[in-house]
Parts: sequence; structure tokens; C-alpha cells
Amino acid sequence: MNQTAYKYAIPKAPLWSRVFASTPVSVLIYLFVVGVIVRAAYTGSQSMGYNWQWYRVPKYFYTFTDDGFQWGEIAIGLVKTLELSALAFLLAVVIGLVVALLRLSELLVGSAIAAVFLEIVRNMPLLVLLYLFYYVLGPIFDLDRFTASIICLGVYHGAMISEIFRAGINAIPAGQWEGAKSIGMTTSQSYRYIVLPQSIRFMLPPLTGEAVNMIKSSAIVSVIAVAELTTIGRNIISDTYMSFEIWFTIALVYLVVTLILSIGISYVERYYEVEK
Amino acid sequence: MTNKTPIIEAANLDKFYGKFQALKDISLSIQAGERVVICGPSGSGKSTLIRCINALEYHNAGKLVVDGIEVYEGSRQIRKLREQVGMVFQQFNLFPHLSVLENLTIGPIRVRKMNKSDAEKAARECLERVHIPEQAEKFPSQLSGGQQQRVAIARSLCMENRIMLFDEPTSALDPEMINEVLDVMVNLADTGITMVCVTHEMGFARKVADTMMFMDNGQIIETGTPEQFFTAPKTERCQAFLQQILVH
Repeated sequence: MNQTAYKYAIPKAPLWSRVFASTPVSVLIYLFVVGVIVRAAYTGSQSMGYNWQWYRVPKYFYTFTDDGFQWGEIAIGLVKTLELSALAFLLAVVIGLVVALLRLSELLVGSAIAAVFLEIVRNMPLLVLLYLFYYVLGPIFDLDRFTASIICLGVYHGAMISEIFRAGINAIPAGQWEGAKSIGMTTSQSYRYIVLPQSIRFMLPPLTGEAVNMIKSSAIVSVIAVAELTTIGRNIISDTYMSFEIWFTIALVYLVVTLILSIGISYVERYYEVEK
Repeated sequence: MTNKTPIIEAANLDKFYGKFQALKDISLSIQAGERVVICGPSGSGKSTLIRCINALEYHNAGKLVVDGIEVYEGSRQIRKLREQVGMVFQQFNLFPHLSVLENLTIGPIRVRKMNKSDAEKAARECLERVHIPEQAEKFPSQLSGGQQQRVAIARSLCMENRIMLFDEPTSALDPEMINEVLDVMVNLADTGITMVCVTHEMGFARKVADTMMFMDNGQIIETGTPEQFFTAPKTERCQAFLQQILVH
């Protein structure tokens, strides 16, 4: 007999739980669930006599005619969505950092302003905030719909991001501050060289989530007719009545963009890991 | 020890945390180059006292002057003070995102505005003095506790402080690493720097201290030379404390 025969055998989990936990069984269950959903959707649309016209969808991405290559409406809308989200995200990061630093500052006025800003923004529906910016502040400050959208999304997500920053900064142990102070650093030097570089790894995962949220909530500006992805989708449907195909397509485009973003950031996260 | 003007002078310091009084009417005077060891039971205010010297905490009453600078909350000279006063913490407080060399140079470069190559040269000399020149490129998490604490001492050395404060520098270390840190501190004591050290390492205290201070309950109960302190402590409280820690 070999040596292991003398060792105590570790008890095994019951058979049924080992079967369910195995990879092939998991995959089978997954495929079954997805299959049921797809089939239900298909038979459902069959029974209501829906006329699928997927062949008409690609031209909304691009066309290739005698005039040459041309981007379609969905592609243009996607670029607008990305532009809107990117600008609003930049603004949100700036607002978030300022609010977080105010909140953490020892100035009573600063933390009070930050707290009031946060409570107002967080306790208001995004849609109402957008109406406020477009219909109230818009005429006062002469904002066009695109600018109003950027500012609205920037303010809303800035409030969320400030909490991410605050949590990230608070996650750094007090000893790091004391170490920085003991070598004579000012508060801003301590932030810049010691605290923020270490906070980034705490902030990146929730910041990615917020960027994804930003892209998703940018769809709301379709109510003030900014020509981004969702608005384009509505326009196409009012022309063609292909609501199933177009909404599936639009949903897929959002999904692909946010997935690419998430995967990209996971590489950046690895770069900022402290243990090297 | 010559009788020059004191480099650290405290008169009637009080410190409160809420209702709890951590320091009660502390007065002391430490000369330049003097080596002071403060001991006492936990919660007696030792750490609070040396953290006040470095302005990491502020006293609530009394007067504290360190290297000619009066310490009070809101003073514009606090940074200048901290540049003169180095501190070694129980938990090391190294910067985990920076290499050992960067830990040592970030102060000289960012605070003293030294150029990078000079700072690195000085940093390598400091590492030499704490006997770990070969660890310069590593990160703190790759070092043992004793090595990390020596890096922390080197970080203070690089700032060329006139005063070094040690807040229980060996209390977080495995027993076998304590001596390598104490050796470095003994060498440091010979350089004429002013040292204020909170520690329970009585062998070290006996070897380097000019003055022993015993604290209990927020007060300095006894001050004296090591010889007098260890052989004939005046107060009962101090006798009891010494018996407790020297018996084993």
C-alpha cells in the first residue's frame, strides 16, 4: 500500500452537492435557463404576430453606398453618448474631489457646505434635477441642452463620487498622516504624495461602477432631446415601428460599452496594487 | 551634560481627551544632546507627552517650547518645528506605496527641496547607518518588522533632525528583532542628537539614558539619573513598577 493509506481520509461533501457544484452541471443549468427565456420571448412574439426585421438594423450602424462609407445614426448617437458621459465624468470627478476635500477639511463652513450639497443632490430624483437644470437654470444662465445635461450629470454623479473619494481617503490609516506630518509635510503634500496615491486602489473599483452608472444614466437626457443613443433609438422607432429590434440593439450597445470599460479598468487596478 | 538653554521646555502642561485628563501639570526641561528615557505603565501619558512635543497632539494648558518654537494649535511654525523633530512610531508608519529609498528621500526632496541625486546619496548613507544598505530598492512589506523599524529610523535620520522622539519603537516587534533596532538606537545616541524615548527596554535605558523619567496617571512622578533610578527609586509607585518589569 502507498503511504496515504495510513492518513485520515477527509470526509466528502454529499453526492448531490458535489454534482451540482461541478462545472459541466453548472453550465448545463445555465444553458437551460437561458434557453427557456429565449424560447419564451420567441414564442411570445410569434403569438402576437410580430414581424421581425433584423435585416433593416445594420444600416443604422453604417452604410456603404456609391457615395462611400457612412456612419449610421446609432453610431453617431453612441459617439454623442460617450462624449456626454466623458465630459460629465470629468466634471463629476472634479466636483467629487472638491466636495470630498471640503467635507474632510477642518473648516466648519467647508464641511457644512459639502454636507448640504450632498443631501440635496442625493435626495432628489435625477429626472427632477435634469428638469431643474434645463428648464430653470437653463434660461437663467443661457445653457443649451447639451451643456445643461453635462452639468446635471456632473453634479449628480459628483455627489456620488465625493463619497467614494471620502471613503478612499478615510481608508488610509491615521499613522500614514502622522508619518507624513512627522517629516514636515503640509496637509496638501501629505494628500498628494502619501494619501491619494494609496487611496486610488480603494477608489478605482467603485469609480468604475460610477462611470458605468454615468453611461447608463446619460440615457435620461433623451427627455430633453439631446441626440444621444437613446434619443436616436426612439427616433428610429417612430420612423420604422421596429421597437423590438431597436431596443434590443440599443441595450446591446450599452452593454458592450460598459463591459469594455469594466474590463479595461481591471487592468488599471492591477497596476495600482500596492504589493509589488 | 552642560547647562545650556534647554532645547525642550515644558511648563505646567495639561492635556484632556474629553473629560479624561491624559497629562497633569507636566513640567520638564531637556538640554540639547540629552538622552531621556520615559517609562511607566500603559495609559500613563508617555506617548501623549512625546506626541505633544511633535505637535501631533496639542496640549490644552501650559507652555511648551521646542527648539525655540512655541507649540500651540494654529502656529505657523509647526512645520518648521516638525522639520527639526524626527519621530519613530511603534507601528513604523512607513509609506507602503514607496520603495525604501523613496521613503527616505521623499522628505528631503519634497520638504527640504533637496535635489534627487543628493537626497538618494544621503539616503543610502542613512541606510548604511542602520545596517540595511542592501534593502534600498525593496518595498516596506517585503522587510521584517525589525528592518522596517530601522528604515523608519533612517527616514528620520535623513531629515537631519536635532531631536529624535521614539514612541515605544520595539513594542510591536518579535523578540528576536528587538536587539537589531536597539543596537541602531545605541549608535545613534553616541552622535550627540537629543533623544526622547518612550520604552520598556530597561537594558537600553541603563546603557544610554542621561535621565530617566517615570510617569504614572498623567504625571511625571520621578526624574533622575539611571543609576539612582534603578538602584534607589524614591517613590513607592516607581519601586513597584520596576519590580514588576525587572523581576523576570
